Formats: sequence, C-alpha cells, structure tokens
Amino acid sequence: MKITGKQAAVRGAQYLALILGALLYTAPILCMVAGSLKPDERVLAEAGSWRAFVPGTISFDNYADVFNRVAFGRFMLNSLIITGTVVASGLIVNSLAGYAFARLKWRGRGLLFGFVLSLMILPFEAIAVPLFYQITLLGWRDTYIAQILPFVANAFSVYLFHTAFIGLPPELEESAYVDGAGVFRTFAEIVVPNARPVFASVAILTFLMHWGIFLWPLMVTSGERVRPLAVAIAAFHTLPPLKWGDIMAFGVMMVSPVLILFIIFQKAFVRGIASTGTRG
Amino acid sequence: MKTRGQMPRFRQIQTEGIAEWCMALPALLGLLLFIALPFLFAVVLSFTSLKMGSPLPTRFVGAEQYHRVLTAPSFQRALLNNALFALAVVPLQTASALGLALLLNIRLRGIAVFRTLFFMPVVFPMSLVAVIWTLIYAPGPGGMMNSLMALVSGGNLGPWDYLHTKVLALPAIIVMSVWQGVGFQMVVLLGGLQSIPAVLYEAAVIDRAGKWGCFCHVTLPRLRNHLIFTALVTTILAFRLFDQVRIMTRGGPDNATTTVMFEAVRAVFERQQVGAASAMTVIFFLIVLGITRLQRMLVREEREIS
Repeated sequence: MKITGKQAAVRGAQYLALILGALLYTAPILCMVAGSLKPDERVLAEAGSWRAFVPGTISFDNYADVFNRVAFGRFMLNSLIITGTVVASGLIVNSLAGYAFARLKWRGRGLLFGFVLSLMILPFEAIAVPLFYQITLLGWRDTYIAQILPFVANAFSVYLFHTAFIGLPPELEESAYVDGAGVFRTFAEIVVPNARPVFASVAILTFLMHWGIFLWPLMVTSGERVRPLAVAIAAFHTLPPLKWGDIMAFGVMMVSPVLILFIIFQKAFVRGIASTGTRG
Repeated sequence: MKTRGQMPRFRQIQTEGIAEWCMALPALLGLLLFIALPFLFAVVLSFTSLKMGSPLPTRFVGAEQYHRVLTAPSFQRALLNNALFALAVVPLQTASALGLALLLNIRLRGIAVFRTLFFMPVVFPMSLVAVIWTLIYAPGPGGMMNSLMALVSGGNLGPWDYLHTKVLALPAIIVMSVWQGVGFQMVVLLGGLQSIPAVLYEAAVIDRAGKWGCFCHVTLPRLRNHLIFTALVTTILAFRLFDQVRIMTRGGPDNATTTVMFEAVRAVFERQQVGAASAMTVIFFLIVLGITRLQRMLVREEREIS
C-alpha cells in the first residue's frame, strides 16, 4: 500500500504525541534511576534541568550507602516472605473455592457464593480499624502472620477463578470422573493445567496489590524485624540526613522485583489488570 | 460483556460427600474471620466508647460516636477533601486514560513498546511514587515542578512550596495520583476498545460517519460500561486516599489534605479511640456502598435501552 503525504503527516503526528506522552509519563521513573546513580548532592541541584534524567558519571555508592544506613536486606526479605506466602497460599485456597462454587453441587452453595460476592464491595479500609483491634487482642502485632493470614482468602480471586472454571469445557473432567479420579485429583490434574492463564492473572494481581500495601503494615508493625519495603521507604525518606541519591537507590531496588516480573510476564500483567475491569 | 442471562448453562458434576465442602472451607473460613467478622466488629464498636489502654470501662453510647465524628471540624474537612479529590481526579483521569487508550489503539510500528512504557507506572508501589514526587515538588526555583512551571509560563508562575502551601497541597496530590492511576484505567479502556468489532466501524463509514461520528456513535456507547466501571473504581479509590497523604503532607498544612482514612488512623494511633475510628470507617463504607449502588443503576439503565 502506498502512503500518501497526508497519511505520512498523520503518522508523524501520532508518533510525536506518543513520544511526548511517553517522556512526560516516564520522567519520574527516569529521574529516579538517574538520581540513584549520581552523587547525592547533584540529585537536588540538577532536578530543575534535563540533567535530572541522565546520570552523567555512574557510581553505585548510593546503593552501598543504603545497605550501610538501614537493614535493606531484611526489608526485602520481609516483603518477599509476606508477598510470596500470600500469593502461593491464595492461589491454592481461592482456586479450590472457585472450583467448588463453579462445578460441584453441594448444599448451601448458592447462599455461600452470595456471601462471597457480597464481600467484594468491602474495601480493606472499611475493616482496617477493627481488624487492627482483633490482631492486637490476639497478640499478633509485629508478626508475619498478621500480615499474611488476613489476606490469603480473597473474595475477588474466588470470583475470578469461578468465572474461569465455568468457561472450561466440562467433558475433560467428566472423563476423569468416569476413570475413577476423585474431586481433588481431577482438580489438580485436569482443571489446573487447563486454566493456567487465570492462575497467572490472579498471582500477578495479588503480588502487585501486596508488594505495595502500605496502610496495614504501617498499622501492625512498629519495629524493623517484620517491616516490609513499602513502609520502610517511607521511614527511610524521613531518616536524617536527607540523601536523595540514597532514597532513589532504595526505590530502584524496591521496584526491581516487580519490574523483572513485569518484563517476563507482561501479557499476564495486562490481562490481570484488565480482568478487574470486565466485571460488572 | 457477558450478562448473567446470557451465560451458557453449564453441566454440574454430581458428587457425594464432604470433599466439596473441604474445598471451599479454607477460603470461607478466611473470609469469615478476617473480613466479615471485623466488619461486624466495626459496626458494633462504632456504637461504643472503646479506647485502647483506657482504664475507663467501655460503654454503649449509641449514635453519640457518629454525632461526635460528624461534627468534628477535622473530619468534615476530611470528607470535603475526599469529595474534592474525587471531583478532580475522576474526570481528569478518565479523560486522559481514554485519550491514551485511543492513542495506543492505533496500528503503528513499535506501538507495543509505547504500551509497555505507558503501563509501567501502574506496577510502582504508591509509597515509592509518593516519595519520588516529594522530590519533584521540592521547593525553591531549582525544584523540578517549579522549573517546569517557570518554563511553561515564561517565568511568571512560582516558585512554590507545593506540599506546604494550603491551596496547593491538595492539587499537588491530585496531579501525582492521576499520574499513578491513569495507566490502570487506560488498560481497561484499551481492552474495551479492542473488543469493539470492526464491522461496526465499517457500517458507520458506509452511513457516511466521519471520525468524530464513529467516536460518538460507535466508540463511546460501546465503552459505556467500561467508562462507568473505571470512573466508579476511581471514585472509590479517591475515598480510600491515604498513602500519598501520610507520606507527602501528613494531612497538612492545617488539615488541607486530611482524608477520612487519615483521620481514622490518626484517631487510633494518636488518641487510641477505636470507637470513633470505627464510626469513621463505617461512614466510609456507606459512601462506598452508595457509589456502588449508583453504578448498578447506571449499568442497568443501559441494558434496558439495548
């Protein structure tokens, strides 16, 4: 197909809009990466010019400094343990429930599924205060368990699994049942391998939500022992002396696990986010 | 989008025994203990005078806690701030997300790279974004936002100390929130755009519809549910506002950026008032419930028309 002059002009304008938008949109991220690599005093001094987005001479001193000033490794480990456990146990617990609601007939199914769906409109903030009181009564403040257990069962994940399992052709499972497989074996050997995309979506959604969770760990952790990165960076940001280079290095390290996963599983990321928008 | 009536009837597998109960039990137990129970707790506690660590016995005070909370100037200010935040963020973010989605829906070489770039901020934790934007809003003529404003206005605007100026603090939080949130809406709307069958556009072109006509008569009606959904989610997020405020302004200056959730957390941690904080979260929930009802009404209306 031949491109006319007018089409070429439209295309040029589209690229220009895309490039300008991308620059504006990624500027804070570029600024963070550049800032993490340059000497601390230059971060603030160069914030007002194009130099804010280029590191110039590259040094990793800020990164080393973060480890010297705070227990960064501890925070990273805490975040990995908490988020990893919530994701893994959530996948098992919620997919099993989704399957029981989607395919199996049992007494009370309709009523209980209604209960699960009704919980979806309850944002976490609506229960944060009494849950905090509950956790305090149980003596679970400053523990991993307080940051994991309340988040394993998730009404929205159950709903997503339920929807995906309903869409699977039932013939596969029926033949497994005819062959004498039980419910759990059929689930593990037939359903799970055939529903990989929804497992990926739920895993990524849960991971994203939990890696950035701030309000809850701020409420239940008071020491550094079980504090995750999201709260640690807020504390680091106010820790004197104020060193912007260090803060940016902290930020790059904090977001790197998410970015690595994002680059590998980009499709699942987008599908996971989009799946939250197609209900209704 | 699938509606319940159109869902194909699926075959259910007949089994006997307790296995299916066991499958659903862990999730049901978790939801019951850590979501339903605390919520009931919130409602009950909101009618009491419960204060943590207080030697006074906890009394049932009826609606007094609600009365006290709703007449407190700081909480009224919080409700107003949440409403202002929603009023600014919802149209701004929805319009920019729609613009970006349209821009990213065209077929161009390298469009996948741009989609990745525009989507990236969505995966950034809010606490990190808030910290980065504190640097962007650094006061003095050398600050990033101040330099940008000076450049755009030819040196007539600024410099300002955004986060410590009463009239600028909330708008500053609004701008950074739109930046962080727009990517989420964009992905949902892009999905919606891609689900519109090309036949509809071809038919519109045969009916001599121009670009604008196609947009108004095909794109917008087809995106209606997506737009309602994203606007609703953004409104609810606006009332959940906490992280940015806690990190960037701590509700200041002079309560200019305080929010319902910020006041609730403050009540628990500065004054140990669990009862009052519970009343605040119940009020917060009623607002969210109202917004959700509104969406149900809007979506149903559309179904009746079509």
